Amino acid sequence: MLETINRLILPQVSSTFAADVDGLFTFINVASAIILLGITVAIIYFSIKYRRKSEDDVTPVIRYNTTLELTWTIVPFILILIVFGWGFRGYIDMRTPPSNAYEIYVTANSFFWQFTYPNGVQTTDELYVPAGRPVKLIMQSRDVIHSFFVPDFRVKQDVLPGRYTMAWFQTLGTGEHIIFCTEYCGTGHSQMDAMVYAIEPEEFDAWLREQRELSEQELPLAVLGRNLYQQQGCAGCHSLDGSPGIGPTFQGLYMNERQFTNGTTRIADAEYLRESIVNPAALINVGYNNIMPSYAHLSDDQVAALIEFIKEIE
Amino acid sequence: MAATAKDLNIREFPVEENPKHHYLNAETGLKSWLFTVDHKRIGLMYLASIILFFFVGGVLALALRLELWEPARTFMDADTYNRVFTLHGAVMVFLFIIPSIPAALGNFFLPMMLGAKDVAFPKLNLLSFWIYSFGALFTLYSIAHGGVDTGWTFYTPYSTSTGTAVISMTLGVFIMGFSSILTGINFIVTVHKMRAPGQTWGKLPLFIWSLYATAIIQVLATPVLAITLLLLIMERTLGVGIFDPALGGDPVLYQHFFWFYSHPAVYIMIVPAFGIISEVISTFSKKTIFGYWLIALSSLAIAFIGFLVWGHHMFVSGQSELATVIFSFLTFFVGIPTGIKILNWVATMYKGSIDMKTPMIYALMFLFLFSIGGFTGIMLGALSVNVHLHDTYYVVAHFHYVMMGGTVFAFLAGIHYWWPKMTGKMYNEFWAKVASVVLFIGFNVTFLPQFIMGSQGMPRRYYSYIEQFQTLHQTSTVGSWVLGVGFIIVGIYLTISLFSKANKASSNPWGARALEWMSSSPPAHHNFNYTPVVLHNPYDFHKPISEFRLGIDGSGHGEETESKVELSSDKA
Repeated sequence: MLETINRLILPQVSSTFAADVDGLFTFINVASAIILLGITVAIIYFSIKYRRKSEDDVTPVIRYNTTLELTWTIVPFILILIVFGWGFRGYIDMRTPPSNAYEIYVTANSFFWQFTYPNGVQTTDELYVPAGRPVKLIMQSRDVIHSFFVPDFRVKQDVLPGRYTMAWFQTLGTGEHIIFCTEYCGTGHSQMDAMVYAIEPEEFDAWLREQRELSEQELPLAVLGRNLYQQQGCAGCHSLDGSPGIGPTFQGLYMNERQFTNGTTRIADAEYLRESIVNPAALINVGYNNIMPSYAHLSDDQVAALIEFIKEIE
Repeated sequence: MAATAKDLNIREFPVEENPKHHYLNAETGLKSWLFTVDHKRIGLMYLASIILFFFVGGVLALALRLELWEPARTFMDADTYNRVFTLHGAVMVFLFIIPSIPAALGNFFLPMMLGAKDVAFPKLNLLSFWIYSFGALFTLYSIAHGGVDTGWTFYTPYSTSTGTAVISMTLGVFIMGFSSILTGINFIVTVHKMRAPGQTWGKLPLFIWSLYATAIIQVLATPVLAITLLLLIMERTLGVGIFDPALGGDPVLYQHFFWFYSHPAVYIMIVPAFGIISEVISTFSKKTIFGYWLIALSSLAIAFIGFLVWGHHMFVSGQSELATVIFSFLTFFVGIPTGIKILNWVATMYKGSIDMKTPMIYALMFLFLFSIGGFTGIMLGALSVNVHLHDTYYVVAHFHYVMMGGTVFAFLAGIHYWWPKMTGKMYNEFWAKVASVVLFIGFNVTFLPQFIMGSQGMPRRYYSYIEQFQTLHQTSTVGSWVLGVGFIIVGIYLTISLFSKANKASSNPWGARALEWMSSSPPAHHNFNYTPVVLHNPYDFHKPISEFRLGIDGSGHGEETESKVELSSDKA
């Protein structure tokens, strides 16, 4: 029965940590439920049995009982030692990645995740990992604090600007699992989700090679732009289908007249798009906030590719 | 004992019923309130203020719950939502719950329970209230200027980079901190120096013990918050690099500073509640409190251990693993004194004469809800489980069970317990009971689903969510409406009781033994027109009530009698 309840209130068990965490979760729940039941029954029983019968009721003077006080000090003490020890063991596992773990660099941005693989391949909001192999994430934030959380893995770690933090996991098989940001980071915090794809190791190697080759090919600018749109996290805020997001949609943006918060208007030509990419704070569209980071680190070719891509979204 | 009493000219002072003159009509006019040094009036002004802010915070909460009806937008955008949850947290924490029990009920009853005319520094007490109001104005200013979207925790570097009114908000909190410190100092000195003759530490009401423990935390912890917020303001305005890594700072340092105050602050919020529960359970069981010293000292133990566990808010923050393990270990030790209290309260009911009046109902609801808050706290203290549950709705549910199921329900118990004393009026018992049941149901419907959502991985502070969580979110929202209805009922019957003429309260409607009940309802301008003398423990229900109304003739200020009264070694 406990197992059934756990399946209802806990995410699926998909990493090597999950079963142990769930075991401790269940232990605390059961122990707490028993004690809570005892307290509740005592309260209800006393309330009925010792209800006031007359205003002149005389009650006994019971000030203290050493045996009772010792019992309800020592029993909880033993219980918390068990809970501490159990949690400690699980935590140490979570903080000790095996030395053969596959390492992936993670960069958190407002509001998207970038994953960089050892061979240079980069993905955004899609983390591919070899199933059943230990994977170590070396994480850093480009702006404020974010937190990397995969409920199915019972893994969570804050991601800080200016230093690395680490998390690791080993999946129990293939599957798709959602990643949440669990440190409040602003407007798009709740949309800063991503996916883990645990695939067979051979499939993973093939995928990695394929991605590598893809990035080496000479691509038409607009196609390169579409890749950048995904990789650089533009997709987190700017939709392609006209749906509202944190930033204006790209649909029909090119050569459209834009209205700005400073009262001016302008046609969204190539120069406007370039400025909006490298210096987004210069002009803010009405109805939006000045929250986009600068993408001045993109090369001229990359900016051009993005503009060519935006041109095509009609 | 009677012989001793005779030697010192101690006699019984009858309590005046339906007094013509009392603190409410001793002076009139707005000035008589704004410039009063009467601790009772200051307590009432605090009470009015915190009820106002509880209302504001509550409306914000209802708005949040309503927005979460749909997975995406229901009626407000993400930026508005972020401001609303920040304000809900900041208003509830800094403007409502921290001053709630100590500054409102504590101010009113601490001097009375000590048999004193006022707190040790009445003018300082008034200054505290003004400082609180001044700080609150800053908060209102920041709401008017676009609000704040950082969460009530103001974590850096988000709080140093967001464009919202962080400075005025943190300045407001900074200012209100001084109010908290001054109240704390006032209470500590009052408890040490102003106790009635014969009132040894072992005869202090447990509400006093809890306020004393709270005051110590207020005085020691609040300055750290002040320093932290000043550093934050300096970083924002002057670019001093304390927390921002771009300037050479460390954002995790901010979290250490912040929780060094804000964890003890959790005990500022809950420990006074323990005091109310002790008073209420003993009075309505008409029975000596079980384990007086354990309850009294466990408050101090919690206050002390509370200073050593701040790092349990930061298990996944990137603090060192060693620190994390130590903080987890120490955290569990808060559970022991807390558990001792709960079991002592339950044991007090054993063989009692239990009168299920509204304050008692709230106290028993407190025991149930706060226990759940405590057990889920143990869950969150367990390291490996915390990694999964941290920053999810599980944490949200946990602290609402502690802060609302705990402190707010205890506050309601206290309000209903002392309402006849404060106002001289009795509320409608039937409607009070109805409201308590509505609130209990509403509370659980609101927050139980949040435990489940959190266990499933629903992160907190999310404007939108994945559809899997919608049923639970909607259940929670429905619960918030029930809660709202409950509070409306409370507001209505309490207001009616104030204006109704037929429901005058007697001086001691519950048959309690502590000193505040030996004054008239409402109390006299200076509480007692004599110097009260204490012979018994305030929970000695087996002693005749006449032995709790003893005193020495005098102006009531005790000047001429102080020196000759030596009752502190009494063995009752």
